[in-house]
Amino acid sequence: MLAFILRRLGTMVLTMLCLTIVVFYMVNLEPNLRKLSISQLDMRSSDEHIEQWLVKNGFRENFFVRYGQWLGVVKRVPNINPETGEAEMRFKACPQPNEPYFGGVLQGQFGCSTKFKVPVEEKLWPALGATGILMFWVMVTMVPIALLIGILAGMREGSRTDRTLSVASITTTATPEYVSGVIFTVVFASWLGWLNGSAASATSQGVNFYNFTLPVMTMAIYATGYIARMTRASMVEVMTQQYIRTARLKGLSFSSVVVKHALRNALIAPFTVIMLQFPWLLTGVVIVETMFRYQGFGFTLVEAAGNNDIDLLLGCSLVSVFVVLFTQLISDIGYAYLNPRIRVQ
Amino acid sequence: MQLEFISGFQILLHVVARFWPVWLGLIIVVGLSLRYRKRLGLYGDLFSSGVGIAGVVICLFWLFTAIFSSIIAPFDPLAQVAVMKDALPGAVVPDDAGIYLFGGDKLARDVFSRMVYGSRIVMIIAPFATLFALMVGITLGLPAGYYGGRIDSFLSFLANLVLAFPVILLFYLLVTPEIRELSFDSWFSRLTGIGVSIPRSLAAVFFIFPVVFFVTLFYTRFKNRPERLYVLLPITLLLGGWVYLGLVFNADPFGVIRIDPNELNIFVAVVFASSPGVFRIVRGLVMDIKTRDYVAAAQTRGESPWYIMLWEVLPNARGPLIVDACLRIGYTTILLGTLGYFGLGLAPESPDWGTAIKDSSRLLRSFIHPALPPVVALMSFVLGLNLLADALREQSLKD
Repeated sequence: MLAFILRRLGTMVLTMLCLTIVVFYMVNLEPNLRKLSISQLDMRSSDEHIEQWLVKNGFRENFFVRYGQWLGVVKRVPNINPETGEAEMRFKACPQPNEPYFGGVLQGQFGCSTKFKVPVEEKLWPALGATGILMFWVMVTMVPIALLIGILAGMREGSRTDRTLSVASITTTATPEYVSGVIFTVVFASWLGWLNGSAASATSQGVNFYNFTLPVMTMAIYATGYIARMTRASMVEVMTQQYIRTARLKGLSFSSVVVKHALRNALIAPFTVIMLQFPWLLTGVVIVETMFRYQGFGFTLVEAAGNNDIDLLLGCSLVSVFVVLFTQLISDIGYAYLNPRIRVQ
Repeated sequence: MQLEFISGFQILLHVVARFWPVWLGLIIVVGLSLRYRKRLGLYGDLFSSGVGIAGVVICLFWLFTAIFSSIIAPFDPLAQVAVMKDALPGAVVPDDAGIYLFGGDKLARDVFSRMVYGSRIVMIIAPFATLFALMVGITLGLPAGYYGGRIDSFLSFLANLVLAFPVILLFYLLVTPEIRELSFDSWFSRLTGIGVSIPRSLAAVFFIFPVVFFVTLFYTRFKNRPERLYVLLPITLLLGGWVYLGLVFNADPFGVIRIDPNELNIFVAVVFASSPGVFRIVRGLVMDIKTRDYVAAAQTRGESPWYIMLWEVLPNARGPLIVDACLRIGYTTILLGTLGYFGLGLAPESPDWGTAIKDSSRLLRSFIHPALPPVVALMSFVLGLNLLADALREQSLKD
């Protein structure tokens, strides 16, 4: 088991390296650099001016040197102003020491956000915290509802409850966040006026029922149907097993068979599915946070991508790739742990 | 100026009437399918359950809407009638020019016509992108599952690499005007005058898979029957080369097949994002199927590995693949909507549903009517595909 986890961690690190190189390459393409320098200078800057700015800030150094600097295995060399002998700041928001130093991800320094004018860490961790709160409420509402629907539907395959709930869950899987978000806003904010159509106040005044219900509902509904269907399939399979029939023939009541015998076995598959939902939820986070103006991770990602904020975008991709791979690992380990018939080699 | 309105019931009547080619097409197709359903195999079986009929009808509805959109839509999707800005549903355009059945949007365009034309974009990109993703996934998934070992580890690593990328980030990196404009100067562009950009290079790689797939398919089957092989191979190569020229280099000699650089970019990004999923499914299926007796029999007969993969394994994996393809078209539609919602790739005035949802969702506080038609359209189409997939799965489980 330990060897398995170590090997998986190794693959994870390799994957993250490959992906960050790809992202690094993409954000450093010539048109993107131009876009960045124009946003930092002004619209009417001449080509020489832009080139000068790019050279001065080190964007013209060798690709691998710069990737190494970002990673923290190559030293960053500050620009020493010959007149004062002081280091000139690359970006005013992020102070730099006077002598060459290692300042990369491995040292915990993610660089400087050119859009928000702060070090990336200062922007990224609060945003992740905000998204964590959103995710927590989404999970708290989504998982019990989805499991309940799945179990009720799968308990008696082909019954009317099963058909109704199945069609309902298919409907929710056909409703992406930007669709359900619009529908819910129309119904609950514009028409009934019960809830707040924007979660912008959640960042400043804290989370409450009025500003947070709509984002949570919108995000939960898309994945609920999927998890419910997986639970249903798993439940249907369990209900046809011999041990369920034995339990019924022993004279146990239907409800006690479902709760005591079927449930535990039927919940193994949904566990994996729920863990693998995280990467999907990430896209949902981006849509929902943009739609309801909630200053979380997704909102930061959109801002970073829209302004080609290189370091912030790299930080965001590192975090999201880590989340995806880590949840995969957890789901594999958890699956092996929950189901004694599976042994990881 | 005071606008005249027609009542809600009249709006309904007008909408139903405008869709007359769709109703006609539906009646013909569904009637014929019901009549001959015994002979239509899996497709015919769909008509034995309510869910299946609902799925087929909804999908056909949007297919016909896309085909006949120029007849159905009363206005041009980009035409603006200034006085109709934010007009409520059922507003009559002055001078008897027609009726804005679902009202006007913030640029005074007809919401109904835009929804109808939007179906065209979805119907062109979603199924074809899925088809290409299937081709790529199948061509790579077959050897990975069949041979295993190094090929499998390498291809699986690549697939996991793409899958570990959050889709939205991938699109933000791949589908931008900057990426599209970027041109690498190379011997190739100097020789042909065609700029080499990232989407175009990716397209050049992806679009070769269908050609390779069909050439191998025919070659393995008919290599001892030259009379068939020499007919099929040139046809495949000619057709494939024609489509390839048109799609990748925008240089179709007949000018029939061409694709807008915007759309090519989206197309490539969607294929790139969804082929690893297909790859995984195919690989899993092949690993399961290759242990069957008929595969062992073929191996004993001395058939070549690619013959076994394409003619013994693949046909037996078709059930789950068809179901997956249906779900995947729906998922691609959702992806297209996401792209539109973030204003990536498609032109800002494009009538596709995602862009329309983006434009209208900003103004929900004042006007809700421009948001609802594209929302309902997208949802119903994806729902139709999901119902279809569900019915297909149930039918294939019965066998």
